[in-house]
Amino acid sequence: MDQDELRKLEERCIQYQPPNCAAACPVHVDVRSMMAQAARGNFTEAAGVFRKTVPFPGIVSRVCDEPCRAVCKRGDVGEPLRVAAIEKACLDNASEVHAKIPLLPKRESRVAIVGGGLSGMSAAFELARKGYSTVVFEQEPRLGGSLWDYSEEKLPRDVIAEDLKVLSKVGVEVRLNAHVGRDQPFDVLCDEFGAVYVAAGPQAHDAFGLARDEDGRVTVDPATLAASREGVFAGGSMRRAEGQRSPIRSISDGRIAATSIDRYLQKVSLTASRAAEGSVESRLYTSTEGVEPLPATPIGDARQGYSSEEAVREASRCLQCQCLECVKVCEYLNSFRGYPKKYIRQIYNNLSIVMGHRHANKLINSCSLCGLCGEVCPEDLHMGLVCRKARETMVEQGRMPPSAHDFPLRDMQSSNSETCAFARHQPGTTSSRFLFFPGCQLVASSPKHVRNAYALLMRNLSEGVGFMSRCCGAPAQWSGRVELFEETREDFLASWRALGSPLVIAACSTCHDIFRTHLSEVPVVSLWETLDNLGLPEREEKRTREAVAVHDACTARHATALQASVRSILGRLGLEIEELPLSREKTECCGYGGLMFFANPELAKSAIRRRIEESPRDYLTYCAMCRDYLAFSGKRALHLLDLIFDTPWDEAALRKGPTYSQRRENRVRLKNGMLRELWGESTPQELRRETIRLRISDDVQQLMEDRLILIEDLQQVIDAAERSGYKLLDPVTGHFIAHDKPAGVTYWVEYSAFGNNDFLIHNAYSHRMEITEDLKP
Amino acid sequence: MTVPEKSTREGPMVCLKCNLPLQPGKVAISYLGSSFPVDLPKCPGCGQVYVEEALALGKMAEVEKLLEDK
Repeated sequence: MDQDELRKLEERCIQYQPPNCAAACPVHVDVRSMMAQAARGNFTEAAGVFRKTVPFPGIVSRVCDEPCRAVCKRGDVGEPLRVAAIEKACLDNASEVHAKIPLLPKRESRVAIVGGGLSGMSAAFELARKGYSTVVFEQEPRLGGSLWDYSEEKLPRDVIAEDLKVLSKVGVEVRLNAHVGRDQPFDVLCDEFGAVYVAAGPQAHDAFGLARDEDGRVTVDPATLAASREGVFAGGSMRRAEGQRSPIRSISDGRIAATSIDRYLQKVSLTASRAAEGSVESRLYTSTEGVEPLPATPIGDARQGYSSEEAVREASRCLQCQCLECVKVCEYLNSFRGYPKKYIRQIYNNLSIVMGHRHANKLINSCSLCGLCGEVCPEDLHMGLVCRKARETMVEQGRMPPSAHDFPLRDMQSSNSETCAFARHQPGTTSSRFLFFPGCQLVASSPKHVRNAYALLMRNLSEGVGFMSRCCGAPAQWSGRVELFEETREDFLASWRALGSPLVIAACSTCHDIFRTHLSEVPVVSLWETLDNLGLPEREEKRTREAVAVHDACTARHATALQASVRSILGRLGLEIEELPLSREKTECCGYGGLMFFANPELAKSAIRRRIEESPRDYLTYCAMCRDYLAFSGKRALHLLDLIFDTPWDEAALRKGPTYSQRRENRVRLKNGMLRELWGESTPQELRRETIRLRISDDVQQLMEDRLILIEDLQQVIDAAERSGYKLLDPVTGHFIAHDKPAGVTYWVEYSAFGNNDFLIHNAYSHRMEITEDLKP
Repeated sequence: MTVPEKSTREGPMVCLKCNLPLQPGKVAISYLGSSFPVDLPKCPGCGQVYVEEALALGKMAEVEKLLEDK
């Protein structure tokens, strides 16, 4: 990921975008924060937020034309917030604060402001703060311009007087009764001052020789407010049509002009990065789904405005707009307490770091890569793609923590080893038009279903149905092992071509997805579409059981035909279907996807729990891993093949998935059994399990599952210890303790021996740190 | 999950290769290119060492994680 990619990705996460109100406000009052404070009754803090961006708060809270209200999301569910009325209540109820206005050191240049209305005063305030000697020329005997047109009731005179005090605080010089153009020639002003801001108000008859449009209004560059004469800027009501006067836009003009003048006098670009000034549109998306509509809070006393209680009530209607669409539906994104823009930055930093702690390793490796975020994101930002890319980079840099994916990668290696993997034409044939590819996890979880499904396909399809047991390479792809995935892919292709490049019938959604996205030369169809077309096994009567809730596999998210076939089969089986709130293209991962379970088991468990809680019904899955992970967490879950092959309902729903050791053993046994029974081949390999017998209690078995320790690991340690004699005795318990390091991991086993290769296991644990043990004979 | 009960160790482990009780000794342990000397129970005869469960799953796991994230 380079800086450019980083920025493009970050840009697509719109959570950081301002809410509509603050974007539409030309001076960008942080309305959302102000409302949050006001809703809690923190009026002083709320007023502080308001004052931060508005130099004349008393005036603005009474006369603001509120461009924020037109775009307020509350308007979709009720009425827009009464923002100005709340602002006024905040000021009324705030404790007295005398915040110091920070002033920059004095500068040489002087600036003239023509016109002492809101716009001119705002420019003067900003420029004086920046250290410029600023002089306001006002032709009337008082400042304020058209503010005096408001009634006393709407805008009390003492409020004006109070707000204007700020000008003297920042050292603005005011010359009243000073009519530029009459008392003082404009040219002289331009000579005397480094820059001039003309904000002479709506009735300005004199344009001081500046270029004007056909209606007589001064023409300016809308982004910088630069007028036709060098060093002269113009804004406020004098550039707006009659009836389009806007106090808040006048203030904004003053501020924009002040920025321009500052840049002009410092001789830097007037135009660079100014897109965010003034009223802008926000890309922030905020869902109002499920929000109760609420009308605006009435103002009890029109003269006084909102009371503090009323203001709290009204401010509480604020939706506190934010997007978080992905965070709302994803346990992973939620658990790291941020949102994609932050995560992308953390991932970028993690990948760029040379020395030091890589804080985001876990963040990168915990994502299930399922893509739900991309589905719900208004900008289609898919964090899974970001995380997978990041994993690839980490592997390339040699920075991938070995512990994160070691176990599933070894599992894959085992699936594709001589002991488990095999491919054959249909017994008695020499060519295959089809190839049944059950996938390593269905083989591991339900070898019986694999055999039944194969028999069914052979019965119903002509021209040969070959069989192949192996792993599609998903763990390599998920863990960022590009080269390993490529090797796995090549191995599959070689085996597939040797069978005559048949049409692959995939039982597993992940295999189906991997073939579709990474092996485009391989034609593939799901087992479910195939069975839906072929028909199901005969059965005596239709089931009349209650509905099942369909849990779609995340890797079948975009496989709409597959999803439809699953539902069609369920219908033919006589079952009612409940659609979960998040299903089909918006389905959730079971926790196995992206190897989440291995990199962050706690998170995976809470992701599964979240999924389980969506419906009390039995879940119907069509992925072996989904079924086993749901069942592992105590959910009644069935595999579609359980129903097709009529496994007794409760037995199927309650079945705990096999342990990791049993999964491996099932793969070996399936190969040996099928080769023997269907192809009449002898199988010389003997399971080590059959020569070294281990007695393992349920508790120890569970411990081994949690610690990812296999029976064959223990057999290896004990075998080595018993042969070499290198073992320890615990004199207190009489147990033996031995260790061995077959590959990256050192396994420790505490056991008792009964002779004849019969052992009782008391405990097992492992570590990855290597002990330098110089054994002497 | 229940952890099987652990013996409260009173005597030191005995190496069955040499029939000698283990004694504390210096052992180098390493991971991902970093190496540290530590004191572990070790057979004075053959050099066989013992890493108890609490150490493997506690301090060692912690250091492994630190080194993996370095």
